[in-house]
Amino acid sequence: MSADRAEIVDLATTPLRQLNQALHQLRPDTNQTLWRIANPRGRHSVAVGVDVPVTIEIDGHVGYYCAGMNKQATVTVNGNAGVGVAENIMSGTVHVKGDASQSAGASGCGGTLIIDGNASARCGISMKGVDIIVKGSVGHMSAFMAQAGSLIVLGDAGESLGDSIYEARLYIRGAVQSLGADCIEKPMTAHHKAKLAKKLAVAGVAGVDVGAFRRYGSARRLYHFHVDNVY
Amino acid sequence: MCGIVGLFLKDSKLEPELGRLMAEMLGVLCDRGPDSAGFAVFGPGSTGTVKLTVRGEEGTDFQEVARRLSETLGTGISAIGRHTHGILTVPATREAELKAALRTVAPELALVGAGKRMELYKEVGRPDLVAGKFGLDRMTGTHGIGHTRMATESAVTTDGAHPFSTGLDQCLVHNGSLSNHNAVRRDLRRDGFDFATDNDSEVAAGYLTARMHKGASLRQALTDALTDLDGFYTFVVGTESGFGVLRDPIACKPAVMAETDRYVAFGSEYRALVGLPGIEAAKIWEPEPATVYFWERPN
Repeated sequence: MSADRAEIVDLATTPLRQLNQALHQLRPDTNQTLWRIANPRGRHSVAVGVDVPVTIEIDGHVGYYCAGMNKQATVTVNGNAGVGVAENIMSGTVHVKGDASQSAGASGCGGTLIIDGNASARCGISMKGVDIIVKGSVGHMSAFMAQAGSLIVLGDAGESLGDSIYEARLYIRGAVQSLGADCIEKPMTAHHKAKLAKKLAVAGVAGVDVGAFRRYGSARRLYHFHVDNVY
Repeated sequence: MCGIVGLFLKDSKLEPELGRLMAEMLGVLCDRGPDSAGFAVFGPGSTGTVKLTVRGEEGTDFQEVARRLSETLGTGISAIGRHTHGILTVPATREAELKAALRTVAPELALVGAGKRMELYKEVGRPDLVAGKFGLDRMTGTHGIGHTRMATESAVTTDGAHPFSTGLDQCLVHNGSLSNHNAVRRDLRRDGFDFATDNDSEVAAGYLTARMHKGASLRQALTDALTDLDGFYTFVVGTESGFGVLRDPIACKPAVMAETDRYVAFGSEYRALVGLPGIEAAKIWEPEPATVYFWERPN
């Protein structure tokens, strides 16, 4: 696809609803496969609910819930993202070139979320199958109540990583400030190294030694009611 | 919800623009807090005088109030009226007398704040309209803070609107809700502090004032708040020479900061900052939980 065939949408002049409606009306076999969005200026809900295999490039910082519920599309944010970027992502790829605010990839069921900078608190909260790769660090309570998928962090993790985690794999290369309830370190076997290498390759992250990561997951002690846990 | 903003200028060439920039920031955050709005601006002032911000009914003749107060005190008191608020300027040595005289000469007026340079305005209504009525866009100064309110802990009244001031040139805006404000208020009352409302944010302002009254710096007072105040909060605080930001350790309430060579800016959302000059090249970050951020003007 050549750049000259891109659909250009300037949010300084085009209402956001008009953009999102246009994206929702695209058919699976659309020829309008490349979209460039200018001047998002921190607006919320840019490119939410897209369900076609198109590429969307957003030039600037976005507000809350950018690319929320994404299916199939590849969304790139050339800037920072506010709260809940790619929340409930189903498939496709969302790539934030800057930092992401809280709850990045919240409840994501599938697909890939890549954050080149840092993500703040609660990254991957309640994740249900999404793969999240953060090249910087993540804030406190990341992967809180995570159920499936993987959170890969090249930097550090804040307090209470994986608190009340059900399942999901957490690969952290840097320091972990503390582990949350029922989250424990697990052995990094050849099997896990291979899995991690594959996920990094899919995300286009090269030159990273998978041996430098440590793996964390659920001790599975909170699955059932235990009378000793009653206060 | 609620929205808060703050703007601290490093480049004096921007000072004539302070009000205009703040008005735009507040206007963007109308939908985070449509109940009421307020702002404090650190504008011109001179050593030896104190500005009292007072509030009355719409149509109050503040010049007449100043004339009557001048007569009572036997000293020149100037007044500027802006919508429901008036700024009375008095020699610093006569501040206590002026406050006493206000209670007899114009008991219908409420004292909103006082300071060498601080002016404080707040009113019920949509934030962009409130800012327009006070003429925020024409105000000048070195730094200011503002708030758009969606009330949760107390009634929608002008008294419950932010900012809160409990000390000279000290003001605070708050997004969140404190859970131990009744206990802290009780302790502060025992120490002789007065509170005008049941509002949790007024307690936070009072707490910081009390700490600074005992000799703490703003930075130290904010650090102490991490131990003594319980609940959700993002605070933006202004003093005559400083500007501080603090988020609670959980950091539920949103916050974005931007810094360039010319200013430091705070917004509940990045949207509020997009009109600032050079924002595209600014350093932008989310303030860390339980971390005190503080900037001070060189003397």
